[in-house]
Amino acid sequence: MTDVKDRKGMTRRELLSRSVAAGGAFVIGAGFVAGKDAAWATEMNALKPQSMATLIQMARDIYPHDHLADEYYVIAVKGYDVPDMVDETEAGLRMLDDAARGKGYGSYLDIGWERDRVDILRQIEDSAFFQKVRGGLVTGLYNQKAVWPLFGYEGESFSQGGYIDRGFNDINWL
Amino acid sequence: MAAPFELSDDSVVVVIGTGAGGGVLANELAQKGISVVALEAGGRYLPDDYVNDEWESFGQLAWLDARTTSGDWRVAKDFSGLPAWIVKAVGGTTTHWAGASIRFQDHEWKASTTYGNVQGANLLDWPIDGAEMAPWYELAEEKLGVTRTGGREGLPGCNNYLVFEKGAKALGYTEVHTGRMAINSADYDGRPACQQTGFCFQGCKWGAKWSAAYTDIPKGEATGNLEVRERAHVARVLHDDSGKVTGVEYFDADGNLQFQAARVVCVAGNSFESPRLLLNSASAMFPDGLANSSGQVGRNYMRHMTGSVYAVFDKPVKMWRGTTMAGIIQDESKHDPSRGFVGGYELETLSLGLPFMAAFLDPGGWGREFTTALDAYENMAGMWIVGEDMPQETNRVTLNADVTDQYGLPVPNVHFDDHPNDIAMRNHAYKQGMAVYDAVGATRTFPTPPYPSTHNLGTNRMSENPRDGVVNKWGQTHDIANLFVSDGSVFTTGGAENPTLTIVALAIRQADHIAGEMGRGTL
Ligand SMILES: Cc1cc2nc3c(=O)[nH]c(=O)nc-3n(C[C@H](O)[C@H](O)[C@H](O)COP(=O)(O)OP(=O)(O)OC[C@H]3O[C@@H](n4cnc5c(N)ncnc54)[C@H](O)[C@@H]3O)c2cc1C
Ligand code: SF4
Repeated sequence: MTDVKDRKGMTRRELLSRSVAAGGAFVIGAGFVAGKDAAWATEMNALKPQSMATLIQMARDIYPHDHLADEYYVIAVKGYDVPDMVDETEAGLRMLDDAARGKGYGSYLDIGWERDRVDILRQIEDSAFFQKVRGGLVTGLYNQKAVWPLFGYEGESFSQGGYIDRGFNDINWL
Repeated sequence: MAAPFELSDDSVVVVIGTGAGGGVLANELAQKGISVVALEAGGRYLPDDYVNDEWESFGQLAWLDARTTSGDWRVAKDFSGLPAWIVKAVGGTTTHWAGASIRFQDHEWKASTTYGNVQGANLLDWPIDGAEMAPWYELAEEKLGVTRTGGREGLPGCNNYLVFEKGAKALGYTEVHTGRMAINSADYDGRPACQQTGFCFQGCKWGAKWSAAYTDIPKGEATGNLEVRERAHVARVLHDDSGKVTGVEYFDADGNLQFQAARVVCVAGNSFESPRLLLNSASAMFPDGLANSSGQVGRNYMRHMTGSVYAVFDKPVKMWRGTTMAGIIQDESKHDPSRGFVGGYELETLSLGLPFMAAFLDPGGWGREFTTALDAYENMAGMWIVGEDMPQETNRVTLNADVTDQYGLPVPNVHFDDHPNDIAMRNHAYKQGMAVYDAVGATRTFPTPPYPSTHNLGTNRMSENPRDGVVNKWGQTHDIANLFVSDGSVFTTGGAENPTLTIVALAIRQADHIAGEMGRGTL
């Protein structure tokens, strides 16, 4: 399901030599977006790389979890990178950047503080675009089995015989 | 083991829907030697098929046909296309349900008399009472194997319950226990004891929780008197010139329209589909829909006053381990108008997995206020509030002529406005629920808004006088002798209790009545 490629084949130097920094966290090259630490990168099919970087930042600002690496957010929004969603998505992101420019920033990704980005998001909160991205994240982010353990959630338990012998009543601080 | 009956066989009783009401009724009739064809819109899923995964299970079992909403309830905003969270499958919503099985209190059968005139509420007394229902409740508890009744042990308390109990006792509550649950605390009726897996809402893979899907339905089929046709969506109930019903039209699994003849038709599609079916069956003789001379079909929709309280602590709770609904506080279920509202409510523990918590904790919420709550998911405890809501004539299911389903049938629109009594009760319950957790050292509490309705009641209500409701004390429609309603839509008022034990008790009683009348040749 994940499009996020482990860029082990590309050194950090190679990656950076092919790319430009976008905002604080991303590097963008021809047809891909990557994390600055090169821990992940995703090939773009339809969206502009700059747009994907903006979308990832937007996702993180909507549902910020500091203990979740970017790659989970990338997976959560990767579904927008398909031809029949491009126009709508690019238009939504232009609206976001316009709102940022209205506040004197170059673009959404240029805004340093989360607080200031959230102000921009509040401005567009009632738009169909924002609501679509937010709504999609509820399942796109939190229904990734890989993030569950990062919240302590243990998921399926039937195959292990339930919790009858595995701590259903193990609370010890009451 | 199915007993195939001919489409033209007009000696059969047709039951529409196989949930708590229909599934039990079909089996009870079959046990008495009556031929039954049960038509169920959903497919058949058994414990091996259930999945311990919230969204995947939702996709497997939930009723997702189009519906629309209106009114000031928050569900219309947060979940506009999903007014109810119920199941489309053999066994109906008893696959999803948590299993809390408690009786109405005596005064709740007489809400109008007890509460007096409540402005804007269309209150009415049930035409039956606690004494009349007591033996049927006993049969229902026996069937479901309800814990803490009939000498059956209570379930052990899981982490979520232990937090709740400690807080409740600190507040001085005394009626606090692990509930009367249709979940086995020991082997019962060929099914094992609860293994505390914690996915009760997704279908119990152990079969420890009662569900009609793997109890009443196969038992009925084993008699040779019950044929269950799955993926059979009933579109219309038909009648003859004398005004008696003659059978039903349904779309079979291949989408072909079929006609099944019937001697008696029992409607049990839950409180949206049952009135929708009666309204969609309008004819020249009954232009407002079947059994609707009172104009009450679809009205007085009740969903219980609900909400949840979640709380975060400084240490882990791991509430998902163990039964989803693991205990109850009953002290607030009494009628005590000094609290500022009539009727009462129950507090019951509830746990959601991370995926559902993200969707339901604060629908539409985002930003750090929201995400810091989820960051503490492991340290969370939770409870659900369920109380009596006021029937209102304008809260109703109507046909939405602008939207049709996959069969071209108008979909139900569900309109609901909270009554001031509901709001006062909810605010009281939020305060008490948060106090329970504060008493155990909660660092943060969340008064969480209602989910899409799980308890759907009242849209074909029972009344003494045909003018006031749709069915009589047997669930027989006032207008048409061989047409019955057999699900939660017959509730005159909702009580504070989770409804299913009462639905099951009424279905057992109705089967007895129908069999008697058929035997006497009066039906
Ligand atoms: C998550 C959850 C937890 C719950 N927990 C509890 C609890 O702890 N205690 C409690 O008392 N209650 C609980 N409930 C409520 C309980 O499940 C319902 O009250 C009960 O199942 C309703 O019974 P019913 O017969 O009215 O309808 P259902 O059980 O919903 O059955 C209706 C059936 O009719 C079928 N149907 C509908 N229309 C048609 C048609 N046109 N043709 C053919 N078939 C049709 C449906 O597919 C369905 O199978 C819970 C519900 C949910 C969703
Ligand atoms: S906790 Fe018990 S009742 Fe619930 S699904 Fe698991 S075994 Fe079944």
